[in-house]
Amino acid sequence: MNIDHITLLHKMMLIREFDELALKLRGSGKIYGTVHPYVGQEAVAVGICANLTNADRVTSTHRGHGHCIAKGADVKRMMAELFGRVDGYCKGKGGSMHIADFAVGMLGANGIVGGGLPLATGAALAAQLDGKGNIAVCFFGDGAVAEGEFHEALNISAVWRLPIVFVCENNHYAANNAVAIQHFTADLAVHASAYGIPGVAVDGNDVLAVRETSRGAIERARRGEGPTLLECKTYRWYFHAMRATPPPETRPADEIAAWKARDPIAKLITELISRRELTESEVGTMLREVRTQLDEAVAFAEASPFPDPKDVLVDMYG
Amino acid sequence: MREITFAQALDEAVAEEMRRDERVITVGTDFTGNPQKEFGEKRVRFTPISESVLTGMGLGAAACGYRPIVNWRMVTFCFVAMDQIVNQASKIRYMFGGQADFPVTYRCTTGGGMGLAAQHSQSPYSMWMHVAGLKIILPSSPSDAKGLLKSAIRDNNPVVSFECSRLNAVTGAVPDSDHVVPLGVAEVKRSGKDVTVVGLAFYVQEALAVADALAKENICVEVIDPRTLVPLDVETIRASVRKTGRLVIVDEAPPMCSAASEIAAMVVEDAATFKALKAAPQRVCAAPVPVPYSPTLEQAALPDRAAIVAAIRRVLQ
Repeated sequence: MNIDHITLLHKMMLIREFDELALKLRGSGKIYGTVHPYVGQEAVAVGICANLTNADRVTSTHRGHGHCIAKGADVKRMMAELFGRVDGYCKGKGGSMHIADFAVGMLGANGIVGGGLPLATGAALAAQLDGKGNIAVCFFGDGAVAEGEFHEALNISAVWRLPIVFVCENNHYAANNAVAIQHFTADLAVHASAYGIPGVAVDGNDVLAVRETSRGAIERARRGEGPTLLECKTYRWYFHAMRATPPPETRPADEIAAWKARDPIAKLITELISRRELTESEVGTMLREVRTQLDEAVAFAEASPFPDPKDVLVDMYG
Repeated sequence: MREITFAQALDEAVAEEMRRDERVITVGTDFTGNPQKEFGEKRVRFTPISESVLTGMGLGAAACGYRPIVNWRMVTFCFVAMDQIVNQASKIRYMFGGQADFPVTYRCTTGGGMGLAAQHSQSPYSMWMHVAGLKIILPSSPSDAKGLLKSAIRDNNPVVSFECSRLNAVTGAVPDSDHVVPLGVAEVKRSGKDVTVVGLAFYVQEALAVADALAKENICVEVIDPRTLVPLDVETIRASVRKTGRLVIVDEAPPMCSAASEIAAMVVEDAATFKALKAAPQRVCAAPVPVPYSPTLEQAALPDRAAIVAAIRRVLQ
């Protein structure tokens, strides 16, 4: 058994089951606000974070649960945050869109498309000044490529040769609008050429390919050779966001079916079984363990108290 | 004590803090003098004109242990970074439950009176007061400029330093020692018994000049400088108003939703202070227009000493 591969699979399963559960919990009114499911994109966060340590920093997006789990956040405290409880990562102040775990280098989900790019660039500046070979990774979607912050961040990172990897998760939709409406090209890695940095595209549904390709970009950054734009082509299985009820699906049914047929988790399972690194029954066992882990997370969250209203002003200033 | 200019005092504050703490770094499109000579190219960085990414980078580097000073240059340019100021800087600590501190200082020049026309003559500090989570300093003298900026750099939160353009060449005595002015402490710049005038930045100087003139008529004006707008030392202002019974607030921002509005509201909503009022508080602010270019129009748009005197006479009637 290859432990690394099993860890990748476990993390991807945990992300998928976490978000499937989050959608159910939102539907039943146990959690609030909005949920942006990461289902279908698990290979991106897991493949990239497999190359990172806690001293490497990442920034995330509104669709941030996967990045949190991949970077090493505890699903109990994540779940408590979704439940709005004091044991959540943000003591219930942030919710789904603002989960962060600074202790593992996860500098936060972000409700603004493109908003995390400057923050990650600042973390990369800090890493460069520290000079210890740590790096920053910035996750963002195809929508962010149309934001000014993307271009400002790539430019200054290139000029200063900052140790950062810009990970564009091209899930082909910016909210409800297809890439063709947003961009002149379907290949977003081409933007790298304008900034004189490597632009690399990879199958974002192949976790082993993501891990391998991103390793090159990450090692390059660690060596002080500057940033890379890494485009991971992937697809979200569900809607952009869900509040009380799932919104109507507007994307073509055949397109969704084609991408579901390229399920990144099923792909890894098939690969590992063919390599005799895993059996069907072990997959079943892993899935049961993941679901048990998440049941425990929900129990932890439900047992955690709501924040005391008198604490509404706490944490404003340090 | 030496006499130095407002601008020199600000430069001294940065240099001293950079000497004191190697985690202090500064980024901007240009600098006065050659700070790279002393502090090196790593800590003093010339940047592209990219206000948005610079504003956010300040937060990111701050979260990772540095104390960045981000130079917006003129306040005008910070509006390009609106997302990073409003959605990120002001909210990042609270929305993440206080997991990290974000010790970043944003510096900008502010105010009109320089013939720079509409976009480069703004005083929008009340916009940033409104966005909970930012601290704001607004000094009126070289001494306060140095002491407040040093406090801002040492503070563990995003602080916006509004540096009034019309004060840049003003000289004043500044202590030689490590001179620090705490945030959130107003100063009574001149003591008086008849009327409280709260001035901001350049208009502290103007209020002091008016107070001098009116002293000849035996009108004793108390002049208060809040010095920091967030946190605002409202109690010093209220105590003064309870003594004088009269309040005039002078600022060069337009009156709508301004710092002057907030000060007036905070004073009158305190019952004891309200009862002590002998006249309705007055605001002396800019005309509600973009600051015009032509000298006659610019002077008409901005408050002047005559307007301050007129307001004082109104509350004394």
